[in-house]
Amino acid sequence: MLTKRIIPCLDIIKRRVTKGVKFKNNVDLGDPVQMAVGYSEGGCDELVMYDITASAEGRPIDIGMVQDIAKSIRIPFAVGGGIATLEDMSRVLLAGAEKISVNSLAVHNPDIIAQGSRAFGAQCIVLGMDPVSTENRRTCPSGYEVTTRGFREHTGMDAVEWAKQAEQLGIGEIVVNSVDADGTRTGFELKVTRLIAEAVRVPVVASGGAGCPEHLREAFNVAHADAAIVAGMLHTGEYSIRQLKDALNCYGIPMRMHW
Amino acid sequence: MIAIVDYKAGNLTSVQLAFRAIGHETVVTSDISDITSADRVVFPGVGAAGSAMRHLTDLGLLPAIKAVVAHGTPFLGICLGTQILLDHSEEDNGVETLGIICGRTQKFTPSDPWQKVPQIGWNRIRIEKKHPLLENIEDGSEFYFVHSYYPAPAAFEDVLCTTDYADISFASMLGRGNVAATQFHPEKSGRIGLRLLENFTRWNPKTDLN
Repeated sequence: MLTKRIIPCLDIIKRRVTKGVKFKNNVDLGDPVQMAVGYSEGGCDELVMYDITASAEGRPIDIGMVQDIAKSIRIPFAVGGGIATLEDMSRVLLAGAEKISVNSLAVHNPDIIAQGSRAFGAQCIVLGMDPVSTENRRTCPSGYEVTTRGFREHTGMDAVEWAKQAEQLGIGEIVVNSVDADGTRTGFELKVTRLIAEAVRVPVVASGGAGCPEHLREAFNVAHADAAIVAGMLHTGEYSIRQLKDALNCYGIPMRMHW
Repeated sequence: MIAIVDYKAGNLTSVQLAFRAIGHETVVTSDISDITSADRVVFPGVGAAGSAMRHLTDLGLLPAIKAVVAHGTPFLGICLGTQILLDHSEEDNGVETLGIICGRTQKFTPSDPWQKVPQIGWNRIRIEKKHPLLENIEDGSEFYFVHSYYPAPAAFEDVLCTTDYADISFASMLGRGNVAATQFHPEKSGRIGLRLLENFTRWNPKTDLN
């Protein structure tokens, strides 16, 4: 049976792991390579790293950072932040990552998804999406609107429609981030995650808001996510991956228990 | 030397990094003499069967692949590299593939809409047949998979492991003579994956009992 994945997320600023609340007030949490190795040996199923200031600073992703992490772990590794072109994608893959996450730049240039998928295979290309709830049902019938640039810019695009379009373009997986939940540890945004999981055939990853094992259980059992991204609850040492997996295993959710 | 065949079917860095982690340098190559003179050949690949076969043809690698297999060189297929060892793939409206192992590559068609395609994540292997590459690997171990199509070999004797997904039990590892081939990614499967690669570096198909 396919197990559900727990994916720690390293948000990187200046080669340090940071964590903010609702994408603000970031604090320093440690060395990325050390943390990546710790999580990998601690039983995480995959790892994701975001160079969170690359887009805003208009620079390419920190390839040295990608290389250093890729060299140190032997589990799937996804990378995002500042990826705008096929060359950017190629550099990240050659640095040893398996998956490339595109977000804001794909909204402005959807063709990058199709190009990346053709060049490297759909399994390499992950769509990160930042939906927010909206009252405007005319442009966003699902009740969720796609935002970009760390939730700062509204696009008027319906989140579920964008997910379906990205699937047609050749995305391999979709990460649904929630600003309303990010860093608050009050649980994932289950509704939009489920709407998207229902609408597409590719796996969906819940992200933003995880604070306790119960939140992960909801993401898997209620929202039907195939994987969940966690950050603060692990970074602060409040939970280990073993503790999360033990709890979820008790709930009857298939987990990889040996590593 | 271990040769990793580069036929423009995805990124091979992680395969190379995995071998480095267990102390083996490799050469990533599309050079025919590198491949035919290698002690061991790894045939990875992600992407689609149609373009993979086209690239193999354009690079003139089809005879080299068949030659090392016939010569008895220890040969490891991974993911798409495994699928195209069979006769035919359903992908890209049907593609004739290498025909090194009898059978077809078919698409997952789960009846449960919550079972997603591609299958992405860690799934268990059931060991159907003992093999030197599976030494010290327990039945029920989990490996990392990413795929929409699966190998369906014609003869069960070529099946080393099976895995359950999308209503079926598919062949997740194949073996025939000096050819072993995994649908999963040992290079991304943590410690257990490295163990399989380590077993591959020691495997001698001519003397080891399969």
